[in-house]
Amino acid sequence: MKIKTLTSAIVLSGATLIALPSLAADTIKVGVLHSLSGTMAISETTLKDTVLMMVDEQNKKGGLLGKKVEAVVVDPASNWPLFAEKGRELLTKDKVDVIFGSWTSVSRKSVLPVLEELNGLMFYPVQYEGEESSKNVFYTGAAPNQQAIPAVDYLMNDLGVERFVLAGTDYVYPRTTNKILEAYLKAKGVAAKDIMINYTPFGHSDWQSIVSDINKFGSEGMKTAVVSTINGDANVPFYKELGNQGISSEDIPVVAFSVGEEELSGLDTKPLVGHLAAWNYFQSVETPENEAFIKAWHAYTKNSDRVTNDPMEATYIGFKMWANAVTKAGTTDVDAVEQAMIGQTTPNLTGGVAVMNKNHHLSKPVLIGEIQDNGQFEVVWETDGVVAGDAWSDFLPGSKDLISDWTAPIKCGNYNTKTKSCSGQNY
Amino acid sequence: MDPLLVELGEAKMKDVEPILVRIEAASDDSVLPLFRTLLEGNLYYIEAEGQVVGQSDVNGETVYKDVFTQQTRTDLQKGDVDKIRVNNKLRGYLRNAMARIQLTAKSPSVRENAVRELLSKLDDDTVEVLEGLYPNETNKKVKEAMGLALAMNTASQTGLAPSNRIAAIEKMSTSLESDVRNLLTRLTRDDSAAVVSAANAALEKIAQRVNRFAFVDQLFFGLSLGSVLLLASIGLAITFGVMGVINMAHGEMIMLGAYTTYVVQLIMPNYIDYSIWVAIPAAFLVSGLMGVLIERLVICRLHGRPLETLLATFGISLILQQLVRTIFSPLNRQVSTPSWMSGSWEINPVLSLTLNRLYILAFALLVFIVLVIVLKKTSLGLNVRAVSQNRNMAKAMGVKTNWVDAMTFGLGSGIAGIAGVALSQLTNVGPNLGQSYIIDSFMVVVFGGVGNLLGTLVAAFTLGIATKFLEPTTGAVLAAILVLVFIILFIQKRPKGLFPQKGRAAE
Repeated sequence: MKIKTLTSAIVLSGATLIALPSLAADTIKVGVLHSLSGTMAISETTLKDTVLMMVDEQNKKGGLLGKKVEAVVVDPASNWPLFAEKGRELLTKDKVDVIFGSWTSVSRKSVLPVLEELNGLMFYPVQYEGEESSKNVFYTGAAPNQQAIPAVDYLMNDLGVERFVLAGTDYVYPRTTNKILEAYLKAKGVAAKDIMINYTPFGHSDWQSIVSDINKFGSEGMKTAVVSTINGDANVPFYKELGNQGISSEDIPVVAFSVGEEELSGLDTKPLVGHLAAWNYFQSVETPENEAFIKAWHAYTKNSDRVTNDPMEATYIGFKMWANAVTKAGTTDVDAVEQAMIGQTTPNLTGGVAVMNKNHHLSKPVLIGEIQDNGQFEVVWETDGVVAGDAWSDFLPGSKDLISDWTAPIKCGNYNTKTKSCSGQNY
Repeated sequence: MDPLLVELGEAKMKDVEPILVRIEAASDDSVLPLFRTLLEGNLYYIEAEGQVVGQSDVNGETVYKDVFTQQTRTDLQKGDVDKIRVNNKLRGYLRNAMARIQLTAKSPSVRENAVRELLSKLDDDTVEVLEGLYPNETNKKVKEAMGLALAMNTASQTGLAPSNRIAAIEKMSTSLESDVRNLLTRLTRDDSAAVVSAANAALEKIAQRVNRFAFVDQLFFGLSLGSVLLLASIGLAITFGVMGVINMAHGEMIMLGAYTTYVVQLIMPNYIDYSIWVAIPAAFLVSGLMGVLIERLVICRLHGRPLETLLATFGISLILQQLVRTIFSPLNRQVSTPSWMSGSWEINPVLSLTLNRLYILAFALLVFIVLVIVLKKTSLGLNVRAVSQNRNMAKAMGVKTNWVDAMTFGLGSGIAGIAGVALSQLTNVGPNLGQSYIIDSFMVVVFGGVGNLLGTLVAAFTLGIATKFLEPTTGAVLAAILVLVFIILFIQKRPKGLFPQKGRAAE
């Protein structure tokens, strides 16, 4: 038994010694870790297709470093612990050079320890609650200061909103975002009695009393708006109930952070018209880059009705930057690519240039759009220039003094500027 | 007018408002259709002609009509026109502009609504117009609304003597309009102490009435949730309560009913308003036949083995979900609400009942009554009761128990299908629809007492009202937990539910 193991070990290591370089010479492997079944499949399948399209385009341009790029697709099935397992499989069995994946925060948190242990590299393309910066992850979606805070600013400054309803689904992203927003609003002088916070379970369908509460809260003399982190299909009955109770977008506008073109595409948009959403990208923005992207997407999916959305743009930017970083570093080695990534630029699809910062977050413009009856957004407001993503919110007591900087000499994801020390925790 | 319309058609969205102001100033009430079409987002611009046109949907076809003359333009194609888009700011402006024009409308109810619409935006011009109209107004309700508007104006004038303002505030205190409350809240920060105390007193008086109506509102929400629970569980009350089959696929029968509604609407897209009347019998048949099929193929072979039945029906529920996923895709399907079911019945400014919930409440009670009549008055009902009370004796008397079992299961499943039609109007129609109601359904049936339809009724409304009265204080998540804990404690005390079966049949 012992001898057998030993021999097999020798054979194996010999095989790896010979096989690995020749294998690596063939292709550069891109792992795709998006759920293709289960509740998140609706959203994540689109991102898998986006990565495949980008890989396709890269190969048409002659690949990377003279090699072909090959996508390895796995299905973590909306099962959070399975993300860790499949991530490990991608890194150890398939030996991928980079992973594009995850949607929910809990799935990202699940795969994170694996990435750090095996020194993998992942691009995460969805807006999230912040309070994290790992050496092994690049966050191409919006941090709270790139979505939630500008949206609230818009409500206060442009619409004159004085009372806020923070309504969300009961899980980590809405809870953290609302905590940040609450602190931010209080810092801006909004009294505690003018903030109403409400959580509902996933898939909540009976909104009558909550909408009626919002209506009551909104008819007490001050302009009121709802900031919604309600997730998934619970949105449909929510907006329906708003319409049925006669609350129009002029009376109480709703700004949503999780309602995009993809979510609107299978939906009766009538009750939603006029309500708002904050993103870094809308399909309706007219730029040459965006038109080319939409055209390529329609050609790739062979369906001219398919919509594009914000996480797709984040995937697009992430992939382009990674390809450039690999070219710059001349290798797919994770540490070299990680350093080459910082400072990378890629044109945004909505105009301007996205920059990868030292904290592994992007600088991107923030747009606010009104929902139209065709399921698209009409941009009503945008930031002047780009906003740099902030990993650690300045409005939470625990993270106020923390910054993330992955360049020398700090090289830390959570460096405390007061005590001048890194907590040592990796993420 | 025409050059302005060209400007309107070619303007960028941010430049539209000044153009609308000029249009309003330059025209009389003939402009109303233009504003209304624009507000609804149906106004299109014909670039080649420099004209605007309204677009509407008639029986699924796009029809263009001249906004002013309502003449149909058959020569226009979709490519010839561009939509004139509006945003919230413009919608707000249009609403107010229409109200200003409608102050002199013929119909008193239109005039009254116009005045009420303007309460939130009483500028000097509007007040001047209202002051001119007030003495000559003949309709009592309109006059009252105008008086209210003028009182609000008087009360907010800080230059006037406090006594005048206090009189105006007292006049306002009989109104439930939210704009009135807004103004009073602002007046509580007024410089004059007398005005402040009057405003506080008025607010107090209004709050008392508002709270009374809020209670009615909450009661309605509870009844509405109760009616949904009743619909979802009443079919189960038959299959589980009467036959004793633990049917885990009950939720999927509801789902099938909801999908039937979707298919019916797909077949008759031009008659959405009538689709529900077709969907109800169709859903009953689809779910009912599926129920008979399940009973004949699976459940009757597992008679007297409850654990195996539970597992088998759970398997069936998974199969049905996957079947729907394969046929209709895993995405939610969109079921339209007929126009007569949307909107709400406004009783007063603080109390309005949404129509879809009102209809569903009535529908649930109707289904319940019909079901009770079927069980009490028909021969099928007699057979069902006989078999459920004493199977062997019924068999000995010549009742075809197999047939009765199949029919009972079909009836329960069919009613679940009808519930699906109702639920398709309230929630998302997707493969998981049934799963979100199966737990609630079992809860209601067990709480009400197995085998007792009246118990199901009482239990559904009790749980519905309890949940809705808990929700405002505890939040939706905790309310659901508290109700569950309550039921567990209740079942500990009375294992057979609210209305246990008595006598020999109970054993």
